[in-house]
Amino acid sequence: MAVGRRGPFWQNSLAMDLREIPASRPLSPHLQVYRLAFTTVLSGLHRITGLLLTATIAVLVAWLAAAACGPEPYAAIGSVLASWPVRILLAGTLAVFWYHLFNGIRHLVWDAGFGFDLRTARASGALVVLFAALSFGATLALTPAWRWLVDGP
Amino acid sequence: MSGARHWRNQRISAVALVPLGAWFVYALLAQRDLEHASVVAWLADPWQAGLMLLFGWCALWHSAQGIQVVVDDYVPGRLRGRVRMASRLLHGALALILALAIGAIAMGGGS
Repeated sequence: MAVGRRGPFWQNSLAMDLREIPASRPLSPHLQVYRLAFTTVLSGLHRITGLLLTATIAVLVAWLAAAACGPEPYAAIGSVLASWPVRILLAGTLAVFWYHLFNGIRHLVWDAGFGFDLRTARASGALVVLFAALSFGATLALTPAWRWLVDGP
Repeated sequence: MSGARHWRNQRISAVALVPLGAWFVYALLAQRDLEHASVVAWLADPWQAGLMLLFGWCALWHSAQGIQVVVDDYVPGRLRGRVRMASRLLHGALALILALAIGAIAMGGGS
């Protein structure tokens, strides 16, 4: 389809301008048209948490590189990572990690061809949230992480 | 790369990351402290260093695959190829730095 005037990409991610399509043709409604459903939120969260985990991996690489460079660079990055805003951020990352892991398993089950009907999708989504919350709580409470989060290193 | 191959590879890295990611979080959080000497001693063990490298590489691979999907969805036209390439270069650089860092620590260079 020939492309006429294009808006910025966040307004129009389609490779065509919807205004140029004859009205008789069935239109795919924009995202805003739908009522936000539980499963929709979970789907969006999977992508957002994935992006956050990408940033976390970069932090992990920087942390290990600093450790390899010696005690002084390690202490420098450690003081940033142990500052309380970053500490809270890292705790959030732990929750994000568990969510992405369990919802990723849910995706793999879908890829294997199971669990597509609405009732199952809602139930598996609720299970993912439950497992993520339990794992988050367990990894905080059963490891020294909670003490680190509250008291610092 | 064909879409089918990208799809398949993304599933391979995802499956690998389930145990590797769980190992990483457990291994990191179970450390008694994260002093420099403790972290160096932890990764001086070749098994732990190997697992860390494997986890890091799988995570970076999976991250590159995921970012590519997001870029393909949201970045239009000519910009798309450049952003894709930038992401791949960044992920490649991180994978290299990670290997060098873990290698240096495992050889005792970090102490």
